Amino acid sequence: MLKFILKRILQMIPILFVVTIVVFLFVHMIPGNPARIVAGADADQATVEMIEKKLGLDKPIVEQYFVYIGNLAKGDLGTSLKTNEPVLQEMKSRFMPTFWLTVWSMLFAVIVGVGIGILSAMKRNSFWDYLGMFGAVVGISIPSFWLGLLLMQWFSVKLGWFPTTGLDSWQGYVLPSITLGVGVAAIIARFTRSALIDVLKEDYIRTGRAKGFSESKIMIRQALKNAMVPVVTMTGLQFGFLLGGSVVIETVFGFPGLGSWLIDAVATRDYPVIQAEILLFSLEFLLINLLVDVIYGFLNPQIRYDD
Amino acid sequence: MTTIQENKVAATQPASPWREFWKKFKRQKLAFASAIFIVLLFIVALIGPWIAPFDYTKADYSQILQGPNDKHWLGTDAFGRDILSRILVGTRTTLLVGLSAVLAGAIIGTILGLLSGYYGKWIDSLIMRFCDVLLAFPGILLAIGIIAILGPGMINVVVAVGIFTIPMFARIVRSNTLVYKNSLYVEATRSLGAANLYIIFRHILPASFSSIIVYFTMRLGTAILTAASLSFLGLGAQPPSPEWGAMLSAGRDYLTTAPYITYFPGLAIMLTVLAFNLLGDGLRDALDPKVKD
Repeated sequence: MLKFILKRILQMIPILFVVTIVVFLFVHMIPGNPARIVAGADADQATVEMIEKKLGLDKPIVEQYFVYIGNLAKGDLGTSLKTNEPVLQEMKSRFMPTFWLTVWSMLFAVIVGVGIGILSAMKRNSFWDYLGMFGAVVGISIPSFWLGLLLMQWFSVKLGWFPTTGLDSWQGYVLPSITLGVGVAAIIARFTRSALIDVLKEDYIRTGRAKGFSESKIMIRQALKNAMVPVVTMTGLQFGFLLGGSVVIETVFGFPGLGSWLIDAVATRDYPVIQAEILLFSLEFLLINLLVDVIYGFLNPQIRYDD
Repeated sequence: MTTIQENKVAATQPASPWREFWKKFKRQKLAFASAIFIVLLFIVALIGPWIAPFDYTKADYSQILQGPNDKHWLGTDAFGRDILSRILVGTRTTLLVGLSAVLAGAIIGTILGLLSGYYGKWIDSLIMRFCDVLLAFPGILLAIGIIAILGPGMINVVVAVGIFTIPMFARIVRSNTLVYKNSLYVEATRSLGAANLYIIFRHILPASFSSIIVYFTMRLGTAILTAASLSFLGLGAQPPSPEWGAMLSAGRDYLTTAPYITYFPGLAIMLTVLAFNLLGDGLRDALDPKVKD
């Protein structure tokens, strides 16, 4: 197992290298002179040159890359063009809110999704199954920003239970987490249902029934345990989806996290912030994929010997 | 005796693939209803500006923020513009963006998938690694990254959504190609001296059509949803465009006084995406030979 984990970590090194190149090249892929775009059409040459220097664009490209890597190693992610503050400082304060938002939405998604999936699989082709699966398609199709506004309108504006925007207390997490979790809950529900239905066809379930075990015992002790292996893997991969969704949800709820920061940065063309965020998100995805692989290898020993 | 023989003949004669598909598809009520809804959407997209009860751009300051009423069925916005008219006209933008993005992504992805699966070796590794990189990011983040480079705007949204559509098509078509390239009829064509490109486009591509169509439909829903999200974030369509996501974004400021401004454009997005998703599910069940009656 340890060998398998080590191998996966080693495989990440070239990918990390590619990620830093892509993030570094980001500013260079912008059509035209990025410094001119940031400064605005009316800015004089001196201002443009100053921004060029700030973005590190005044040196040869290879040198720029090594400066960039050197700074990264020192934990220097650059300075925001908008606030003139170090990017790392703001990133630190915005990391935890987004982290908890993702965790709470995943918790919500797993409880609701697995619940609906089990109910649908147990009562297959019944009214409850159809209702659950129709609900799941609606959950996938509903625009999250719209759902967020509807929940805000109902629970914050009308009933006053939760704050409309911001994050002053734990209540600020409730609506954003539910909004973000709905789409993932829908995907988990569909997946759990089909995984359970597949498992229920297996011979050992029939043997269990023949031995006279109760339906609930078969469900919990045998079917669920086996059906959960693919569900756990799939759920892990949905963390990436949550990070993407958080960008939209944070903007809806004025939530002070990484997602709303990214949108602000794109709108104001704060390139150092955009670069730092792309880097952070890439690292998070790599880490999530690694964790999912490790968990999967743990649950399904065959995987470890495959390659 | 004769009737028994006739029955036998009828039973052994295979139904045409089209009739087989239609038989299965008709049975799926939700997918069938969705197909009808989508046809209506396309008609509205074509004739929207002519059936809209009011001019969708005209501000009427005597009619600001009116709730739904006899004159304005879905109410008016902060400029007194008729919301129903704007939604009807906006249908065109929504479908056009979704279709062009998915079409571009599907064409490039299909070609890459065919090349990757047929030629294998380094072409395959190169294309598949490229797809892995694109797939590593959730669609919306990739789109935001691309827009951060290209700048906001509807055309750039199409480009961004198109790019993240490429890898999934490439993978699906590649796996089909791997199966068909070793099939007997392709080997027979090859032994007759057919050129590679001829085999790819005349024999392998048509065999993949059903999976491409299913995925195309499903992807349209996602593309429309992503494009609307980007417009909502202010990265796509800009006001005063009647794009549904942009309309929702503009309505946010009136959540306490006029919430219906956000109700209807959101409902329009949801119903459209839902229809494409249900149709996709239905097509998959009807076209997939693995799904038994």
